[in-house]
This record gives sequence, structure tokens and C-alpha cells, in this order.
Amino acid sequence: MEDFVYFFTFQDPSILWVVLGIMLLGIGSAYVGTFSFLDKKALLGDAISHAVLPGICLGFMMAGEKNPVYIVTGAFISGGIATFLSSWLKQNTKLSEDTIIATILSVFFGFGIVLLTSLQKSGNPEIAGLNSFIFGNAIGISEADLMLYGGLSLVIIVVLTLLLKEFRLMVFDPQYGKAIGFPMKTISFLFNVLMILAVVIGIQAIGVVLMAALLITPGAAARFWTDRLNPLLILAAIFSVLSGILGTYVSFVLPQMPTGPWVVVFLSLFALISFLIAPKSGIVSRFISRKKYLRKTHRDHLMKGLYKAKEEGKESLPIEEIYELYPYQKAQTTKSISELITMGFIARNQQTIELTERGNSEAMRIVRLHRLWELYLNESMNIAPDHVHDSAEQLEHLITPELEALLEKRLNYPALDPHQETIPREKNDLR
Amino acid sequence: MTFDSNAFLIIFTGSLIAISCGFLGVFMMLRKMSMTGDAISHAVLPGIVIGYFVSGSQRSLEVIIGAGLLGILATLMIDWLRKKARVQLDASIGITFTLLFAIGIILINLLAYKVDLDQECVLYGEIAYLPIDSWITKSGLNLGPRITWLAGLNFFFVSGFIYLLFKELTLTSFDENFSSVMGIPSKGVNLALMSIVSYTTVSSFESVGAILVVALLVVPPATAFLWTKSLMPLLKLTAGLGISISVLGYYLAYWIDSSIAGMMVTVAGGLFGISVLIHSKKPSWLRGTSSVKEPFGV
Repeated sequence: MEDFVYFFTFQDPSILWVVLGIMLLGIGSAYVGTFSFLDKKALLGDAISHAVLPGICLGFMMAGEKNPVYIVTGAFISGGIATFLSSWLKQNTKLSEDTIIATILSVFFGFGIVLLTSLQKSGNPEIAGLNSFIFGNAIGISEADLMLYGGLSLVIIVVLTLLLKEFRLMVFDPQYGKAIGFPMKTISFLFNVLMILAVVIGIQAIGVVLMAALLITPGAAARFWTDRLNPLLILAAIFSVLSGILGTYVSFVLPQMPTGPWVVVFLSLFALISFLIAPKSGIVSRFISRKKYLRKTHRDHLMKGLYKAKEEGKESLPIEEIYELYPYQKAQTTKSISELITMGFIARNQQTIELTERGNSEAMRIVRLHRLWELYLNESMNIAPDHVHDSAEQLEHLITPELEALLEKRLNYPALDPHQETIPREKNDLR
Repeated sequence: MTFDSNAFLIIFTGSLIAISCGFLGVFMMLRKMSMTGDAISHAVLPGIVIGYFVSGSQRSLEVIIGAGLLGILATLMIDWLRKKARVQLDASIGITFTLLFAIGIILINLLAYKVDLDQECVLYGEIAYLPIDSWITKSGLNLGPRITWLAGLNFFFVSGFIYLLFKELTLTSFDENFSSVMGIPSKGVNLALMSIVSYTTVSSFESVGAILVVALLVVPPATAFLWTKSLMPLLKLTAGLGISISVLGYYLAYWIDSSIAGMMVTVAGGLFGISVLIHSKKPSWLRGTSSVKEPFGV
């Protein structure tokens, strides 16, 4: 608890610096990552993050020490080569995209390991710091590093914000962008540059292997909450910043823990929670709305049954008979009946059930839609009358009043459906 | 440059691993699942750590079972994210493997004092120490390097798997719908392939490291695919490439004194690069003037 207060009150300026750095870095990579996620290029980020390893090692060799400028430059160049190669290979060979990405990723990483091993065998004492690039260590970042990385993140954020319109075009409709005169090639080149930059500065904190998560996961998680681009970007940035701070906190409390894996675990947690509980597209809410829909269709069918009985001259039906209409669904049927009673569509009289005034017009509407659709299928689509029932059984729950009006007009207000049954309307109903 | 029994053992083991991975990789590539292979090789890490923790030894059955289970779990999780949560495929791969790998690293650090498992060794292994690590029976009989035996066993399983399920694998790789019509359980075949990929990853991670297994899974098949289109030559060429990669990789690593596994991958990348240069679409000035004119475009 003391640690918690000490950490989150930011008494220690170095903690403040690290948290600031992580925030900038998280926002930058979440921004870039969301665009690449929308562009369906999520795994390119993974390839780039593995591919910067040889560049880091070469930068280290050139400088002879852990100089952030050399390392960032080296990493940037090798990330750039990997990006260029992946698009070149895609255009010039018959290999599929995932094979190309996996090839580039592993070959660059393997070459990086060769360089790293040679460096380790050279006995340079500074080499220990280089290992932190593989798994990341945000706490170990010095203030000078932080200025560079934070500054670069700021550049990414500013460029992305200023050119939001252009990147939006690139992601959603590059053809249109080209047609109205935007230099799409330059824009996508600029985007690649930003993506490599984001990877290069991210690996310091997250590590080469896990950098992909920082690019992919925030966007994927945020996508469940909104369909609009701006809230999407903001939400992704929030997820990323929160997990960044939490991860840094864990590796502050438990110093032997690397930061990267914890950031990734928190990010994935946010993502999994979003997948489950997000409104509309989350798994739980999709499950609930499916259940709701099934209940509604069952209620509709029940009312249809009552209406048909009425057509045959029976004003009410005994409950037992209704159960027999829907075999093996007794519990569901009981539930539907009590729901319909609460909604005021049916009334219960001892052991029999009849439609109320409101229930009658609602049941009539459903039957009308059913029969109208059957007639439409039969007349306009030339489907045989004995084949139209199943489709109508599904669409009767979906057809909107507008669609109903269109159907009526198109079919010229028919009186009978293909099975020679009356299409019920308020004026000529059975009463 | 020398050729002694150590060199032979390393090259032999390297070739066995490269061929096993290559064979599986061919089918992964044909199914456009190369990145899934990559994901599995990262995702087995927690299984390895837990198995190690439970059994207390790196060479136990528990490790292999743990990793196998995690490999299957990763496949199922990717599938679940894609179908149930409706995340696009590339993102579900990315989320799955980063999460599982992160958990693995955290477990290593949590159990660091109980588990003698180095995160770097998991990542890139060291095949060079292979001759020292012998398999000695209780009666003191030295049967040769343990990892070579493991690799041999793995090679046996992989080739047996492919030999027995060749028809099923081929069919499901090229035409999943048709294979379903034929009555082949394509999902079962898929899961079996994923399990054997995770098993291969585990039995190779000690020597070449979890990440470089990916290279052996992907690069030789991709290189071979540039040269041929039919399946049998593809498999043969992949095997040939596997052997040449380990020979060249060993000697180059010996020469500059670096990681053998890393060098094997670098050589694989070099061979891939050469094949790409030979087989890519040539720029017009290389084709000369006699090239066929393109018909008028629309």
C-alpha cells in the first residue's frame, strides 16, 4: 500500500518521468496501431518489431556503447528495410502475405540473434543493457533516453492528429482518396514511417517480442465499444495508457519483473473484458439480444397460433392445446404466456386463453406480414407456394412498417395469400 | 574448418529439426497458417514453464504435455476470438500469442528461484552445447547426446504423421469444403497438425529456441515454393534446404563464432533471398526487348 501511494503520488521525479514516457509511448503506438488494425495490417507491426533487432545491434556496434540515437537510427533503418521488403515481396512473388510476414520476421530476428551473440562474446560490459530490448524494461530507461523517446512519440501523435483526414482516407477508401487527388502513396509511406517509429520507441519499454500487442490490442479492444474513428482512437489510447501505467507499477513493486509482459497482460485483460461485455458487439450482449429475439419470435408464434384458432372459429384455446402446438417447449411456452399476459396481448380465463383487443391487432399484423411475404415470394420471385412458408416464418418478425407498406403497394393490396388464406386487415377482420 | 564427431552431431541434429519443421511448415504454408505457427511457437512458453515447475526437470514428459496443451489452447483461442468474438484473424493471432508469451515470461520470473529456465535460452537456445549433454542410462551407458535422440524421435513422429495422414492433410489444405464432403474431419486434422507443430516446437526449443523454430517452419517451405508448385517436389526440396541450411549455418557460425541457430536462420534467409531474386518478376530492362508485349488493357 505504501508503494502504491508512493508510486501514484509521483513524489519521485524519476517515476513521474517514466510514467510520462509510458503515457506518450502508449498513446503513440495505440494511435498508429489502431490505424494499422483497421487497415488489416496488424501483423506487419509484429514483423517490424522483430526486424528492428539487427538494427539495434548494428547501432550498438557503431557507437560502441548504448547510445540511444545510434540505436534508434539503426532500428529505424532495419525496420524500414523489413517494411519495404514485405511490400516488395508481395508484389513480386507468388507467396501469400502471412508467409512473407513470417519469413521476414524470423529471418531478421535470426540475424539479430547472430549479431547479439557475437556482441555478447565480444565481452563489452555495456551489452547487458541490450538484452532489455528483447523483453523491455521501462524502469531502466534513463532520463536522456526518455527525452528522445517521449519527443518522438509526441511527433507521432502530432503528425497523426494533423493528418487525421488523410490517414482516414488511406484506411477506409484509398481509391477515392486517389480519385480526389490525394497523394495516397506518399500518405501510406508516411504512415509506414510512423509505424516503424512507434515500434522503435516502444521496444525499449515493451520488448521486441511483445511490441505487437501494444500495436494490435488497444485498437482491437476499443473497436468493440464504438464504430466512429475519433472515439476509437481516444479509447485505444486510454486502454494503452492505463495498462502502461499498471505494468510500470508492477515492475516498480517487483523489480525482478520486466515491464513488457505485465503491460501486455493488462492490455489483454482490457481486450477480453471488452470482447465479453461491450454493448452491442460484445459476446454477452450478443447472447442476450439473441435470447431476447428468440423469446419474441416464440411469443409471436404463440399469438399466431391463437389467431389461426380464431380463424377456425375458436374464440379461445385451452392451455393444454397450446402446449401441444409447441411440443417439448412447455417451460418456454409457459413463460411466453405469462409475458404476453403482462403485455396485455392475451387474457387468461380459467384454463383457456384468448386474444385481447390489442393482442388481436398485433397477431393480425404478424399473420399479415407472414402472408404478404409468402405472396411476394410466390408472385415476384416465382417460388412455389409450398416453399415459401419457412422464409416467411423468419421474416414476419423482421419486416418494418415501411417495408410492409411497400409490399402492400407492390402486390396491390391483395386479399388472399398463395395458400388461399385471407390476408387480415383491420377493416375486413374476422369479427 | 574441421569435421569431427561434434560437428557431425550438431549438423545431424540441426538437419533433423529443420526437416521436421520444414515438412510441417509446407502444410502450414499451404493452409495460409504460417503466422499461426509463429503464434504457437510463442504460445507454448507458459506450458513449458508450468511443466518444468511441476516436474522439476526440463526433459520430462510434463513439459511436452504442457506445451502441447498450450499449443492447442492457442489454436482454439485464435479460433474463438475470430468466430465468437468476431475479431479479425490477424488481430486474434496477435492478441493470443502476445498474451500467452507474456504470461510465460511472467511465470519464469515468478518461479525464477525454483525453475532454472532462462528466458533467453527459451528464445534462442544453443545447439552448440549439444554434444556435452549426453543421455546416460542408470547403468552408466552413454547413448550419445540427448537432444539428438529427441530430434530423432520428433522426426520419426512427424514423418509418421505425414505419411499416415498424407491424403487427409493434402485434401484439407487444398480444398477444405471438398474434404468435408468426402467425410474427412477437417477440424480434427487441423487440430492434429497444430498439436504436432506444438510438440515439434517443444522438442526443438532447447536446441534452436522457440522463435527460431518459426524460421525453420516458414522459410524453407517459402523458398521451395518459389521453385516448384507440386507437393512432392515441394517436400523434397524443403528437406534438401533443411540439410543445406544446417551444414552452412554450422560452419558460418563456427567461422564468425556466433549462435549456430541464429546463423542457420540467416542462411535460410540468404537462400530465400537468392531464390526471390531468381524467381521474382523481373524489371523490364532485364527482360530485354524480346519480351512478349502485354495485350491492351481495359
